[in-house]
Amino acid sequence: MSERITKSMARNIYFGGSLFAILVFAGLSVDTVQRVPELSHADKITESVARGKNLWEVNNCVGCHTIMGEGAYYAPELGNVFDRRGAGNEEAFKAYMQGWMAAQPLSEPGRRKMPQFHLSEAQVNDLADFLIWTSRIDDNEWPPNIEG
Amino acid sequence: MKYSSQMVAKNYFIFALVLLAGEMLFGLILGTQYIAGDFLFPEIPFNVARMVHTNLLIVLILFGFMGSAYYLVPEESERELWSPLLANIMFWVFAAAGVATILGYLLVPYATLAELTYNNLLPTMGREFLEQPTITKIGIVVVALAFVLNIGMTILKGRKTVITVVLLTGLLGLAVFFLFAFYVPDNLVLDKFFWWYVVHLWVEGVWELILGAILSFVLIKVTGVDREHIDKWLYLIIAMTLVSGIVGTGHHYFYIGAPSYWLWIGSIASAVEPLPFFLMILYAFTMAKQRRIDHDNKMALTWAKGTAVMAFLGAGVLGFLHTLAPVNFFTHGTQLTAAHGHLSFFGAYIMILFTIISYAMPILRGRPHGNCAKAQAVERKAFWMMVIGMLGVTSALVIAGTMQVFLQRLPDVDALSFMATQTEIVPVYMVRLAFGVMSVLGLLTYFYSFFVKEEA
Repeated sequence: MSERITKSMARNIYFGGSLFAILVFAGLSVDTVQRVPELSHADKITESVARGKNLWEVNNCVGCHTIMGEGAYYAPELGNVFDRRGAGNEEAFKAYMQGWMAAQPLSEPGRRKMPQFHLSEAQVNDLADFLIWTSRIDDNEWPPNIEG
Repeated sequence: MKYSSQMVAKNYFIFALVLLAGEMLFGLILGTQYIAGDFLFPEIPFNVARMVHTNLLIVLILFGFMGSAYYLVPEESERELWSPLLANIMFWVFAAAGVATILGYLLVPYATLAELTYNNLLPTMGREFLEQPTITKIGIVVVALAFVLNIGMTILKGRKTVITVVLLTGLLGLAVFFLFAFYVPDNLVLDKFFWWYVVHLWVEGVWELILGAILSFVLIKVTGVDREHIDKWLYLIIAMTLVSGIVGTGHHYFYIGAPSYWLWIGSIASAVEPLPFFLMILYAFTMAKQRRIDHDNKMALTWAKGTAVMAFLGAGVLGFLHTLAPVNFFTHGTQLTAAHGHLSFFGAYIMILFTIISYAMPILRGRPHGNCAKAQAVERKAFWMMVIGMLGVTSALVIAGTMQVFLQRLPDVDALSFMATQTEIVPVYMVRLAFGVMSVLGLLTYFYSFFVKEEA
């Protein structure tokens, strides 16, 4: 390899190749940003959904759970928890969420523990709205089944 | 040591190693919580321990990169550092900010930390790896700018080599892409999309430039190989890295609400990602074979070769294993991701830091020919304990991830729930923890090697 490729050829491959990659990636990024609103139903991001996302963040939920497969792998996937625990019924899911959040931490010895976050009823409602919205994102049919 | 200002690197290296000890210790806590779910609850919940574990990792690598740059840039540029004072001040600023942030994680609930640091003014907290309070993030930007300025001025005023130019490009990229950490839209999909601009374009993009530059510097020093030769290899490796790595970001866009063309583009581009790591193995071993000098510091070359091999296994092989969209459909967000993450971070970024520290620390401590043979023998034991330990940890995680796929993801009927699956995996997590303990013992052995003296 030392004989066939000179240093300036190697340098040109580096600069040319990188520039090409950056342009392709930037172009696709622009296209993605334009298409995400439709794929994610951005018109359904209500104030409650936005507040719920903020609650998701400031309580570091992603430190244990995954959401659409990303996060920590210690606790269940929540991108489809609305389908799993609410079976498509928003009221039933919200009632479930109120009960679940209030019951933490469960006292089963040895079981992985979810902390008590002391959220108000309205806050749990916002969190539920965020998770309901998330479950409807067009994410190429992921996860494979209801268990997440 | 040719230039006295290289000495500023010493604090950075030592602090990086101290943080590494903390990082691995919290790894053991997490590994235990995977087996005994109520371990240390409620004092240190899993999410807190994980934040400490991952944030320490990132910060220690940044400290290591900075130390590496402060060490190698004066020697490459053939002049003293632009401002050793600025480098020393920034060390203390960054160390204080880092320690304060970690204490914040440990001492108050995360939501309280968000409140105390006025996260509502510019919400950036609570996203994986970017959990730092906004004020810490601003601090990181300040430290990074001062650092890039210092290194940049030194490079511009001195001799320009391929190594320093590649290093500077990598460091600039590191600083620029971090700015995406401040963009947190309400739309989770856009949030995730640009979150990867920081995370992926760091570890599978610009950080690899820094890695390549550090590796090349050490290889020149310990093999005496002609610089022209090194430069050519370096260019080719980083060309492959960026061509595959930038568009390869697409392998994170399969199942998060981005358009479906990423399934193809991400798969194809990232299928090429193992290649630069394979080239890196050829590079390290070819340079070692063609060496013109036999440096007394044998361990530096051992670490260099080890970095190439382990980075290939972790980033290349384990990455490729689940990077194709149809496979990733079943493996996304399982312990396979954790296996890949652990071995690539260790193999690429921790081991390159061991490489430069193993080469530079003896010199900074007044031993230009490396540590004595006895100390190197201890260091070699530490090398193998850590390498085998981390291979054991990640092999166990591969098995754990595979079990998740077969028990929880693949079955159409009677799939186990997440929690039931985790219970089935507990024996594997025990094996993982045992190998984790071995890795920590390896690190302690490594620390011990610093204090081994030749018998009089």
